[in-house]
Amino acid sequence: MNNIVFLPILIPLIVGVVLLFFAKNLKVQRVISGITMFTLLGLSLYLAHIVYYGGTHTLELGNWPAPFGIVLVADNFAALMVSLTSIVGIVCLFYGFLTLSEVRQKGYFFPFYLFLITGVNGAFLTGDIFNLFVFFEVMLISSYILIVHGGTKYQLRESIKYVIINVFASALFIVGVAYIYAITGTLNMADISVKVAELEQRGVLNVVAILFLLVFGMKGALFPLYFWLPKSYYGPPAAIAALFGGLLTKVGIYAIIRTFTLIFYHEPGFTHTVIMFIAAATMFFGVLGAVSQFDFKRILSFHIISQVGYMIMGLAIFSPLAIAGAIYHIAHNIFVKSALFLYAGATQQVTGTTDLKKMGGLLKTHPFLGWTFFVSAMAMAGIPPLSGFFSKFALVLSGIQEEQYWIVFVALFVGILTLFSMMKIFIYAFWGEQKLSNEEAKERKIGKVVVSILPLVALAVIMGLAAEPVFVYLLDIAEEILEPSNYINSVLKE
Amino acid sequence: MKSSLMLHTITRIVAFIILSFSVFLFFAGHNNPGGGFIGGLMTAAGLLLLYVSFDLKTIKRVIPFNYTTMIATGMLLAIGTGVVSMFLGDAYLTQYFDYFQLPILGETELTTALPFDLGIYLVVVGVALLSILTIAEDDA
Repeated sequence: MNNIVFLPILIPLIVGVVLLFFAKNLKVQRVISGITMFTLLGLSLYLAHIVYYGGTHTLELGNWPAPFGIVLVADNFAALMVSLTSIVGIVCLFYGFLTLSEVRQKGYFFPFYLFLITGVNGAFLTGDIFNLFVFFEVMLISSYILIVHGGTKYQLRESIKYVIINVFASALFIVGVAYIYAITGTLNMADISVKVAELEQRGVLNVVAILFLLVFGMKGALFPLYFWLPKSYYGPPAAIAALFGGLLTKVGIYAIIRTFTLIFYHEPGFTHTVIMFIAAATMFFGVLGAVSQFDFKRILSFHIISQVGYMIMGLAIFSPLAIAGAIYHIAHNIFVKSALFLYAGATQQVTGTTDLKKMGGLLKTHPFLGWTFFVSAMAMAGIPPLSGFFSKFALVLSGIQEEQYWIVFVALFVGILTLFSMMKIFIYAFWGEQKLSNEEAKERKIGKVVVSILPLVALAVIMGLAAEPVFVYLLDIAEEILEPSNYINSVLKE
Repeated sequence: MKSSLMLHTITRIVAFIILSFSVFLFFAGHNNPGGGFIGGLMTAAGLLLLYVSFDLKTIKRVIPFNYTTMIATGMLLAIGTGVVSMFLGDAYLTQYFDYFQLPILGETELTTALPFDLGIYLVVVGVALLSILTIAEDDA
């Protein structure tokens, strides 16, 4: 029995339920949720370790055999994503301890935070497409609550759009699941893959593939379905926005990579060309949005979109190096994007605004905040030796190897604009005339909060400096997911 | 609403029938149509009828449950049932059942699906009533 595969889902779920009993006791909630997240981190790293050395672990829930019952599958990719979730989950939680108002923390924040983690981990680990839908729903329903948490006017107005677009996407998701069940007669992803290979992916299966792309694209903010993202991620407090910006879109991307490497990989001439155009458009229009904004948080929100483009560009190029680059970019983005959102929150605490034109001179008064922000901004822009450089390097290199020159050009051009908009934040917020008086600046100490962000910045630096071993690991993952028989054999045990 | 004698009288009888039928549905359980979800919904419907025909305050005094706690208890019960099988060395959510001779009921099938269903039942009753009552109280 491999019940360990289930623990990353079970632990946050149980603890979240237990915390419902202590809804009014803040201290107990904080202690329990903190301990839980660290347990989860240890557990998921251990899972990643045993999966890497011992092969894919699967668990048949309720002892029902594979194509009929529900399976959970922890292969290297899933285990990596679960570990990343725990890391960013810890940082955002501790940042939340320090910054969220007491009223907000008491309003069932911690239970739903843990339910969100449950849903995310479930979506990564499940091997059943209907369960993927279920875990997406667990994640989304928790996110509906967190995004409106605190209930300011702006949040209420924008989150209704977020809810509607996601409910619509979920409806399409269930339609897609119904189609695939009608065609193949199974919901087990490994079994679907076998059946699709037998049927040859033609006609209606391509339609289903595009339907899934549409659904996950809506959740993952791909062109042209990203319009909901910038405004709705602007509303919630930084701790929540960072978790959303870092993690939630990546769940959509994970689902795209999973379905298009495991199930719909037979017609790359069609599907992957579509994906490549979407990738280019997503990168380009996302970064244009970022360049045009003058608001700290909004720039970052638009950057989420353009960075998502890089990830599916890796999928579209479809070589081991490109997939490894895409996964590297996911990891890099989870760390750095969350860190940047948290910095946006910290700067907002100091200056009381997110409008760049009203900031200035923070480097003089808050050098610690300024320089650590600079490091993560450069990591985002892709300056060596930080993490962002190596993912783009791998993607560009594989693009050239596969002779997809135009997408390489788009990626590099978007890279320049990313650098430009990051520098814009740095110049406006941290250089220039000091807008705060010296007394104000001394009062508003932010050191403790910045320290809570540092683990993410450190990881971005480490990922950059240790790019060689990281890529060895990621290339293993890429080769594993590019060979669907690995996944199928470990689930169906043929 | 003092004058609605008919409504009150009928509600007392009908609510009783609905609630007993919901218990029957709940025990019809996992092998026949029925179970925790549908039983829970029916219980919620019966209780809701009481809330509608009498007023909120009266029924709150009669049914002094905290529905949030009820939801949490139910979830804990349902998840906990699955966890038991983990400690017995099986996969999560593995079911067990056996037949027992019970004093009054005779030979009865006892399964681990029952406490799981009871958990679902509590969650459904809690969620349905909590959401409806929250909206109702919002108005007043």
